[in-house]
Amino acid sequence: MRIKDPRYFQIGALGLLLSYGLFSFSFGMPSLMAFISLTSCLLTQIIFTHLMKLPKLDLRSPLISGLSLCLLLRTNDWWIAALAGMIAIGSKFLIRRDDAHVFNPTNVGIVALLLCTDRAWISPGQWGSGVLIAMLFACAGILVITRASRSDVTIAFIGFFVALIFARAWYLGDPWAIPQRQLQSGALLLFAFFMISDPKTTPRSRAGRIVFAGLVATVGVTLQFNWIHPINYGVFYALAICSLAVPLINRWLPGPIYEWHKPNPKPRNPDETLPPDSLPASA
Amino acid sequence: MKRYRLTHYLLLLSALVAQNASAFCGFFVAQADTKLFNEASKVVIVRDDNRTVLTMVNDYQGDLKEFAMVVPVPTILQEEQIHVTANEIIDHLDRYTAPRLVEYHDPDPCRVIRPTARFLAADSAAMPKAAAGPAINDNLGVTVEAEYQVGEYDILILSAEESDGLEKWLNMHNYKIPPGASKVLGSYIKQDMKFFVAKVNLDEQAKNGDKFLNPLQVAFESNKFMLPVRLGTLNANGPQELFIFCITRKGRVEPTNYRSIKLPSNMDIPVFVKKDFPTFYKAMFDHQVSKAQMKAVFTEYAWDMAWCDPCADDPLTSKELRELGVFWIDENTTRRGRGPQAQNAFVTRMHARYTAETFPEDLQFQVTSDRSNFQGRYVMRHIWKGKVDCKAGKNYVESLPARFEKEAQNLTDLTGWDIADIRKKMNLPADGAKPQDKAWWKKIWN
Repeated sequence: MRIKDPRYFQIGALGLLLSYGLFSFSFGMPSLMAFISLTSCLLTQIIFTHLMKLPKLDLRSPLISGLSLCLLLRTNDWWIAALAGMIAIGSKFLIRRDDAHVFNPTNVGIVALLLCTDRAWISPGQWGSGVLIAMLFACAGILVITRASRSDVTIAFIGFFVALIFARAWYLGDPWAIPQRQLQSGALLLFAFFMISDPKTTPRSRAGRIVFAGLVATVGVTLQFNWIHPINYGVFYALAICSLAVPLINRWLPGPIYEWHKPNPKPRNPDETLPPDSLPASA
Repeated sequence: MKRYRLTHYLLLLSALVAQNASAFCGFFVAQADTKLFNEASKVVIVRDDNRTVLTMVNDYQGDLKEFAMVVPVPTILQEEQIHVTANEIIDHLDRYTAPRLVEYHDPDPCRVIRPTARFLAADSAAMPKAAAGPAINDNLGVTVEAEYQVGEYDILILSAEESDGLEKWLNMHNYKIPPGASKVLGSYIKQDMKFFVAKVNLDEQAKNGDKFLNPLQVAFESNKFMLPVRLGTLNANGPQELFIFCITRKGRVEPTNYRSIKLPSNMDIPVFVKKDFPTFYKAMFDHQVSKAQMKAVFTEYAWDMAWCDPCADDPLTSKELRELGVFWIDENTTRRGRGPQAQNAFVTRMHARYTAETFPEDLQFQVTSDRSNFQGRYVMRHIWKGKVDCKAGKNYVESLPARFEKEAQNLTDLTGWDIADIRKKMNLPADGAKPQDKAWWKKIWN
């Protein structure tokens, strides 16, 4: 049997990575915080499912959000870890437009806490190169196995991002080792494969998604790699900002709403024949 | 009866206190400082918001006439933004943050009392020179923005339009520019950086009679929290050794563009290490660096400057901190004894060894809100050598070989030293064989 829902693979990959993080000495990840973020995501999903009287409780998406939060966000305060989960999942139900949520949950959870509190940070330097390579293979593997219809946004983003940072190095006369170094970031990998690829918050048409990927990469690289006021984790802010433009892109380049489960097994072009989905579910 | 119970509680309480003390406190025995490492550079960065005070330590030992340093800086510095301080303060900071060896003595296993602790610290090793090199001149698109004499240094602030001109200018003024510098200078010029160029004023140097160069300090505002290391790698013979001490109000500092690893810590190691703790520290660092393929920055210490436990040295005084540029601290705050004090200064000590290939990009950092304490701490436990005439004592003696073997393995893991040599030094069985487990029934009635 072929598993069609790519989220199972994502949960598997993120779960493995998190287990490694928790048990590996050098990672330095507090297991209590990971537990709190995860629980908070799941509980928030359960509460909103009840409040909004949704027909079915689906814990796959909040699990992905929770695992991503654990891997990316660092804090020493339990309430920040809890708040991260609440904001992430809460935003899915509360900040909506055109029948879909606006922000990727993990992304909005992280950005909100980085902007509004002084108690959270991202540790881009926690991954060794071995883990990075393993992760890259796992992520690429998931794309191939699941043939996720929204892998276009990941591939386009990576393309734009690589082009921009190599262009920067070329302009500055820097050795290629510098942009190569800048690409070796676990946070960037998680971002490209698990965050920007969120089918629920990306534009509906392929053209729209490629425009969107270009926009996020440009804003992100500008924020992060300018030499006047560089901002750490610029791509995370870029995704939150550019998500606001998604309704406009959808109007300009319309397409069908994405559904995790494809009801019709053999549509010629599944993306074109799906009914609108009103249930919020995504990473 | 009541009296008995009270005594009982008191005993329990004191046992708990003693346990706490043994877990944290101890006596200073030794430390491993940065002087172990040749050609190491030390940099102290005080950072709060965008305000930065950078202290650069030179252990330059060549001809002072030849000495020169070129440091890219984000702004044109005024004379008041440049200062010279004393090496002693940095040495003090080095000792305070150094990895330490803690020594415990096993108690009499036949008495139920907690062990007491003593400790040894290992202070850090020598720092590399800041980028050495160039000198002054001409009409090649190079502007001398300012010229100062501060302490024993003649300082120029340069801006340039293009790298070739700057390179020529520096060469004309007898600054020895390493090959390949032009490209790096060009990158900095395009990023609108200025150049802080320092040479030793030999007359001034002769006047103050110091044998060593004093650390140079610059204070500036910049949104970039970075340390330029690229120029330094160009003329390096082999890997560079760098110690970075960061002091912030908020918490621990970590690199954002390189891997950040905490030095393995809190492990039990054999007692013979005490004889040469600095060698152990150096070997351990060598081993950890090679495991990380020279691609990581190691955190060796992260602590609130108000206290330490165990203390490799006293925390810095408010006056010393002010001198290092910790501007938010009131100099008049006096420290009372060795106890905690409200310094509000969090220190992070990082240590990296790298080459131009493994660290192609300048180091970038972030201040995190992590205020949890971390220290490079290694534990040495002396066995009980007194009489053992109880069951607990017998068990204790039987448990020792396994413990020694574990210590030997820890030492191998940390340093990469040959386990056979370690076992030999510890008089352990060469094959690492553990003593046979006693048959389970022997533990029931015996």
